[in-house]
Amino acid sequence: MSEGSEEVQEVERQEMAVDIACVGFGPAMGGFLTTLTRAMAGGDAAMESKAMPGMPLQVLCYERADDLAAGVSGVVTRARAIRASFPELEPAGIPMMTPVRQEKVLYLLDPGGASRRSTALRLGDTLLRALCGPLRVEQDALELPYTPGFLRKHDGLVMSIGQFNQWVGGELMATGLAQVWPGTPVSTALFDGKAVVGVRLADQGVDRAGAPAAGYMAGMDVRAALTVVGDGPVGAVGQSIDRKLGMPQGPQAHEPGTGQRTALQPQARGREWALGMKMVVELPEDTPLEAGTVWHTFGYPEPEIFGFLYVHPERLASVGIFVPSWMGNPERTSYRYLQHFLQHPYLWRYLNGGTMRSWGAKSLEESGANGEPFLAGDGYARIGEGSGSTNLLTGSGVDEAWATGVQLAEAVAELLRAGKAFTGENLEAAYVRRRRASFVERGAQAAKAARNGFHKGVVRGLLGMALAGVSGGRLSLSARIRPAHRQIEPLANFYRRLKPEQMEKAIREARSGGRTLHDALMDACGWPEIRYDGKLLVSQQDALLLGGKVQAAAGFADHVIFRDPALCAECGERTCIAMCSGQAITQGEGAAPAFDREKCIHCGACLWNCAQSPDGENSNIEFRAGAGGLHSAEN
Amino acid sequence: MANSFHIVVCASIVPDPLQTLEPVDGAGGPTLKNEMVLPAVLDPWAACALYEAADLAAKHPGSKVWLVSLGPKAKLQQVMMTVAQKVPFELVAIDGPLGGFTDAHATAAALAEAIAAIPGLERSRLLLFGGWESASRGAGVTMQVVGERLGISDQFQGVDQITVRDDGGFEVLERVEGGQHQVSVCAGAPAVLGWATGNLPEPRNSPQIGMVNMRGILPALQRAKSAKLGANGLSYVSVSLPRQQRETRVVRDMPDAEIAGEIVAWIAE
Repeated sequence: MSEGSEEVQEVERQEMAVDIACVGFGPAMGGFLTTLTRAMAGGDAAMESKAMPGMPLQVLCYERADDLAAGVSGVVTRARAIRASFPELEPAGIPMMTPVRQEKVLYLLDPGGASRRSTALRLGDTLLRALCGPLRVEQDALELPYTPGFLRKHDGLVMSIGQFNQWVGGELMATGLAQVWPGTPVSTALFDGKAVVGVRLADQGVDRAGAPAAGYMAGMDVRAALTVVGDGPVGAVGQSIDRKLGMPQGPQAHEPGTGQRTALQPQARGREWALGMKMVVELPEDTPLEAGTVWHTFGYPEPEIFGFLYVHPERLASVGIFVPSWMGNPERTSYRYLQHFLQHPYLWRYLNGGTMRSWGAKSLEESGANGEPFLAGDGYARIGEGSGSTNLLTGSGVDEAWATGVQLAEAVAELLRAGKAFTGENLEAAYVRRRRASFVERGAQAAKAARNGFHKGVVRGLLGMALAGVSGGRLSLSARIRPAHRQIEPLANFYRRLKPEQMEKAIREARSGGRTLHDALMDACGWPEIRYDGKLLVSQQDALLLGGKVQAAAGFADHVIFRDPALCAECGERTCIAMCSGQAITQGEGAAPAFDREKCIHCGACLWNCAQSPDGENSNIEFRAGAGGLHSAEN
Repeated sequence: MANSFHIVVCASIVPDPLQTLEPVDGAGGPTLKNEMVLPAVLDPWAACALYEAADLAAKHPGSKVWLVSLGPKAKLQQVMMTVAQKVPFELVAIDGPLGGFTDAHATAAALAEAIAAIPGLERSRLLLFGGWESASRGAGVTMQVVGERLGISDQFQGVDQITVRDDGGFEVLERVEGGQHQVSVCAGAPAVLGWATGNLPEPRNSPQIGMVNMRGILPALQRAKSAKLGANGLSYVSVSLPRQQRETRVVRDMPDAEIAGEIVAWIAE
């Protein structure tokens, strides 16, 4: 048996045998365990444990975060699969959940002139400002007259993933048929040849480099007939399987300009990303915004940045932005962009006077079906976002993730009842077949090329998205999508609008340690200074303190690793520092940046915000299993 | 069995003190805003008592640890998923309100009743552990009243260490004013020990301990008796959080000594 990481030392480890080992407790695992435990509840003899004969199936789920409520996302979802699992679901019974009541799409214009807009876009903005009637620009925003069908969530729910996970977890544990263990990071899958035979929990009592220290406890090997991988897009177990088994072959494409068909290439996982950063805001007492209000925005603070505002019950709102990997800014910074977004006149009139109750960030894998890994193999199956289930066109992931979990649970029950083993072939027939026949697959295929245009500019991106949306994916723009590290532009290219002396001044200020480079560059571009009010507009470090609890249990190794420090030393961009949501990555004194585990919120942004690559595909940063992270139930 | 103990740890759950807590007026008196939504943790003071209890039990074979916890079952279950991985114990759950704005005597009565009903608990070997304080709304008297109700007169508060002697007695270090410890010797169980922080680190999460504990936790939650605790005629004049002052300024190019001087002046205000 071997483990996924070559660097793990061989030490004596305790072993435990279970029937099904699960990794990561998010919506996908919620769907899986909810459906599986219902199948187990009938006392079906097929659901008897093989690991512990005479007992029910032994199902364990390990979650890295300290609490099941630590999920980071305020979401709006159509909740089709969730409602199918809970037909009697009463939104009022789950904190922060409410039905969608009104929805609109807003194009946000640039009120201050600092946004990096192309000439065409500026011209378009000027024309828009001249419009009158229903298409009138008000408060520097244009309300689209209707919400495109592919974006519409009118029959859905606004919810907090943290609260939803907590509720699902409580329901699950009350059955006594599955155990969910928080605070337990899993370092890798265990392999026997190409079969997955379980997982290895992270070592405890180690130093930052992973070497045994005081209280050393080697991570246990949990052997299982089936390993269910739902640890998200930056999860260590999913990554270990990708490394060991590779990726499926992608479809052939036409070589641009030649008409020749390209050679088959592996699916490119991890090329398209976005960082979602948001706050939960307690709105002022006299807010006119009613619970269930949903706004989707685009155009500001930079044209590439999408945003949202969802209103929960009790005057709470989730407000945030998505900063995509195709925005080539090497000094992109979600936090400051978020602050400018909040202060856009259209939003600020509702947010001014509000108070931040929580804050958080998360990487979203936006390759969708383009980055789909092997969904199943001998001894394992993958569900949720890490399995490429997110629909890029509709901007929807929770419902799809839940559905993949349900599909796998139905498949597992079917195989158990048929007395069939969890082989790749059987899982392919029972799970993958279900998934391919579902709305998840139809949506993923329709969305597959929907965002291609963004790699050639925002306007083309929006056109391409609209094209794919109205045609159900039959029409789209083509694109050759570069690895994430190559989407980051050199500083001088991206900031061409700055004069050389302005650029030099910004770099000088950053080197002197007085401020970060992204702040200096944004100031130079004309972005106004953020005037902190101590309630909603606070420094990034205050957001860490006020927006929840960022905690890292002692005794775990660093989970952010700079593979080749020499590459870091040569790196002029250091995007990892600018995009680090918790400011856990800083300049440092060595060749590589410094990493402070206790500030890391596990958003995973560093993994794809690195302009260097030792192998041409993956970045120079490795994101391993680690404990802790952000903990705020209101997320 | 020589020098083995029956250790009962009273440890309730509290809202995670690192979250944003906001007192509001509820129908039945003061409460915390969205308290059921807030993540809960085992009271940090009582958690220290639990770790000390497990350590003592491990050093004295034949000993056993019970964890008596009062709170809403759903919240208890959630917190136990983390606590269960730390040390071996048997849970005694009492289904009660989450808020700590209850009469400490009523709380103590419910705890004492649950402890008295533990099957097989031997009074002659009983050490009653708990936190001497609470991270949330601690009345500072609950452990003493539980002890009184159980007729245990040897009581120690602010305990940081217990050393068992060969004769079955034990030496206790209690915190006293001036950063000192008072050394007391107790002839033996039963006794009440309200723990300060003790000296042990938080144990590592152990999957095996969790699996073993979990076999008893779910049945304990299922048979948890309900305790209806009210204010018992208690009324609160006002409720407030400890004063917190946050003044954020961004300064650039300020010498370290000047920053340090400003902080010292701010603290001295």
